[in-house]
Amino acid sequence: MLRLEKRPQPSKTLSYVTPVLAVLITMVAGGALFAALGKDPVVAIRTIFWDPLFGQFAFYYLPQLLVKAGPLILIAIGLSLGFRAGIWNIGAEGQYILGAIFGAGVALACYPLEAWWIFPLMVIAGAFGGFLWAMIPAILKVRFGTNEILVSLMLVYVAEQLLASMSIGLMKNPDGYGFPGSRNLQQYPSAHNAELIPDTGLHWGVVAAIVVAILAYILLNRHILGFQIRLTGEAPRAARFAGVKPPRLVLVCMGTAGALAGMAGMFEVAGPAGQISAGFNTGYGFTAIIVAFLGRLHPFGIVLAGLLMALTYIGGEAAQSALQLPGAAIQVFQGMLLFFLLAVDLLTNYRIRLTKRETA
Amino acid sequence: MDLSAINPVLLFASLMVAATPVLIAAIGELVVERAGVLNLGVEGMMITGAICGFAAAVTTGSPLVGFIAAAAGGAGLSLLFALLTQVALANQVASGLALTLFGLGLSALFGQNYVGLKPPPTARLDIPVLSDLPVVGRIVFGHDPVVYFGLLLLVAVWAFLKFTRAGLVLRAVGENHTAAHALGYKVVRIRVLAILFGGACAGLGGAYISLVRVPQWTEGMTGGAGWIALALVVFASWKPWRVLLGAWLFGGVTVLQLNLQAAGLEIRAEYLSMSPYLVTILVLVIMSGHRSGSPGSLGRTFHASQ
Amino acid sequence: MHMKKRTFLAGAASAIGVSAFGTVSAMAQDKKVKVGFIYVGPVNDGGWSQHHHESALAMVKALGEDKVELVEQDNVPEGPDAERAMTQMALNGCDIIFATSFGYMDPAMNVAKKFPKVKFEHATGYKTADNMACYSARFYEGRAIEGTIAGRMTTTNKIGYIAAVPIPEVVRGINSSYIHAKKVNPDVEFSVIWLFTWLDPAKEADAARTLIEQGCDVILQHTDSTAPLAAAQAAGNVIGFGQAGDMIEYAPKPRVASIIDNWAPYYEERVKAVADGSWETHNVWEGLSTGMVKIGEITDAVPAEVKKEAEDMIAAISSGAYHPFTGPLNKQDGSVWLKEGEVADDGTLAGMTFYVEGLKGDVPS
Repeated sequence: MLRLEKRPQPSKTLSYVTPVLAVLITMVAGGALFAALGKDPVVAIRTIFWDPLFGQFAFYYLPQLLVKAGPLILIAIGLSLGFRAGIWNIGAEGQYILGAIFGAGVALACYPLEAWWIFPLMVIAGAFGGFLWAMIPAILKVRFGTNEILVSLMLVYVAEQLLASMSIGLMKNPDGYGFPGSRNLQQYPSAHNAELIPDTGLHWGVVAAIVVAILAYILLNRHILGFQIRLTGEAPRAARFAGVKPPRLVLVCMGTAGALAGMAGMFEVAGPAGQISAGFNTGYGFTAIIVAFLGRLHPFGIVLAGLLMALTYIGGEAAQSALQLPGAAIQVFQGMLLFFLLAVDLLTNYRIRLTKRETA
Repeated sequence: MDLSAINPVLLFASLMVAATPVLIAAIGELVVERAGVLNLGVEGMMITGAICGFAAAVTTGSPLVGFIAAAAGGAGLSLLFALLTQVALANQVASGLALTLFGLGLSALFGQNYVGLKPPPTARLDIPVLSDLPVVGRIVFGHDPVVYFGLLLLVAVWAFLKFTRAGLVLRAVGENHTAAHALGYKVVRIRVLAILFGGACAGLGGAYISLVRVPQWTEGMTGGAGWIALALVVFASWKPWRVLLGAWLFGGVTVLQLNLQAAGLEIRAEYLSMSPYLVTILVLVIMSGHRSGSPGSLGRTFHASQ
Repeated sequence: MHMKKRTFLAGAASAIGVSAFGTVSAMAQDKKVKVGFIYVGPVNDGGWSQHHHESALAMVKALGEDKVELVEQDNVPEGPDAERAMTQMALNGCDIIFATSFGYMDPAMNVAKKFPKVKFEHATGYKTADNMACYSARFYEGRAIEGTIAGRMTTTNKIGYIAAVPIPEVVRGINSSYIHAKKVNPDVEFSVIWLFTWLDPAKEADAARTLIEQGCDVILQHTDSTAPLAAAQAAGNVIGFGQAGDMIEYAPKPRVASIIDNWAPYYEERVKAVADGSWETHNVWEGLSTGMVKIGEITDAVPAEVKKEAEDMIAAISSGAYHPFTGPLNKQDGSVWLKEGEVADDGTLAGMTFYVEGLKGDVPS
């Protein structure tokens, strides 16, 4: 009979080994799926995992990896602080949208003025937009005890409607022949979040993601607030005795997550996306939740998880166009990867023991 | 503007139809959450049910077989969630989101051969005399059987939770799994069953969209109904009857919005589309004054050694 | 471990640098023309994307599989993902890339700048470059035919219109069908429902049902699914029209005719032009005359004299004898838009965001 026994401490070694194991299992299962669809499994797996990194066009895909991973990492790190403390903000998608609306709003209000301060102001506005949106569930939780999971989720849909409304109304490009969508910020130098070094994919959002990962690491390991966050997540009662004020923690964690998600949205709208349009948000806020867990809520784990997730997107697209695999198959493949990654985490936290008979 | 064009009887009848998929899915999720599990994969299970039901109904020519297949498909997908969260003890929020991603992909893959087909019609209940009664006839007796099934399911779940011992145990598990375990209840087994029930309900709700409400198969056709179902459970503060109220309110806002537009009333569609979500938040705030009854162990991982 | 990865990424990227794009696109010099297509929806959406996809397949068939290699990617979100998908196609040696959704305009422009030797074709937009053309269809010509049939066949004099997203194309469609319905039936009234989506079967079904409940017996749709036709069929005495595709499975009733997006001839012409080196940029707007817009079979559910009237109008529009927007026409507020005999210019039509006189409600903005 198999029995699970909780490890006193999560295994350090296994926390490195298990993600690799999950990727390997996914390659096997995914290969079977692709074979079932009549494609060469080896070629498919190589196209997804190998070619973007080491193939002929890696010079293009590697920068794209950063572009795709940047917002995921930025959002996921913000979320991970709350998740560690047991605060469940799952509305990052909405905070991301609000950040984009606020950031783009500043840019469009200043258009066509060219000035150095516009972009920094947009960053602040973007962070503020996300912060504001996250404060709604945070304050409601602190003041009324409402469930933040649901309020933050509901607000995603409100934000989407707001975005649609902005793209056909207030922010519509006056020179766009009546089509929905704002002016393209890529064509507005003061507001454009351009690549810092051409063809590297490195824009301010990616820089911010790296900086934030380092800051989060320092915060969690060296700062009293990080200690309080970890303690609250692991032993809420002990945390209270240690002087942690839960309401303050909720506001800080939600606010930080919102501000980071808002910044991610702002960097995206001013850079890769370029404009406010109804389809601007493509699910980064939700994917980031998964990234946060895949990274085991650890800042550097999240960086790796974000890159891995980005790889499956970019490699998946490559497989779609090179092998004419259906996009749905790629989605299933990603789903599998997530399942396996989540499942193998069991080995990190628990020991599997063989016992003679079932104990009650 | 010509509001007289809006017929309140037809409005209410349409509202019941629009509310049915989210009602059924929400009842399932309510049971899951009362058992202390938060499954955010409702959308994925609904869309899986939608295609399973559609495929089975088209193949066999029987809508009934379709609905059974839909329940099986939804339950099948939820089994993955159960394995992840109850056996592998993975985080429920992440697992649920992954389930939605997986379900959307799987259904699209599976559904490729079913695009552009017409499913067999699901007959509307047509009781002589009764269905012809003015007002009541159309609202109460003029629907397809699934609408009544949804209402029956609601009553059954309400009675189960309130009056049966099994229901009591399920609630106990959801309130405090450690205590329930100490009392000798099989926490994991009960939760797995609840998750399967939730999956089956979501599947049925999805199939209602692909077999009755639309009826056709298109990728991603549930269009966020699963998230609305999740919202409904909270809106209802985990009480079955309020789920019905919430479903009608959601369905009502949807149908009313369309009616007002068609009647030429100048309203901003996007603001009306926001309103169900804002109303839910408002209700959450109002409910918080009373003991809102969120299950105590909701979303927490249970392991017997704790 | 983390730092290693980071420096590796930065190093690899900067080492290859800017020149890389130029060398790659020069490789695409084999005999076959490699053609890329990106679609915003799934290729089996039953509507917009599916008909671009089918037209692409028809193009390959017409030109021969030994002459053309087709590469497709569907479900590509508008924005950076589209830019990446197109770059990927260009890197892999595509000679011409068709970007089949309005939101691909700026991304296509960005990629076109990077790959001057690759040709880009963008559907329904307005920006062009030396290596980027745009093409669009005069669907409003088809709407005139629909409006005529609708106006003749309604008995309740109430026509429902399921509108997608408030852009000029949709507004033109509403205006064109209203003008022509009104012309043959002065008592006709339009109810317009905006759904803010191109494809959402559940919403479309609800909208169709609502319109029918409010007494509409003709449903016109600018959204892509067959759900409104299914609702019309369930209701009994209601007719509708196929949109984007023929939707012939609902013929002869409720589907009495259809507007078909037929891109195949255009795709054939443009790919051939790439093959023989004659491709040049342009901005075209084609309609019934070139077959880019087609009217599907008008079924026997339509009375013979109405069918004749519709066919005459198709002929008149095709030959250029008649323009669907011919004055006298007033704007919704009663101000004069077109004087007697005056014909709308393409510029005004391209940016049309106003209703004509007689329509109720506002264009959402």
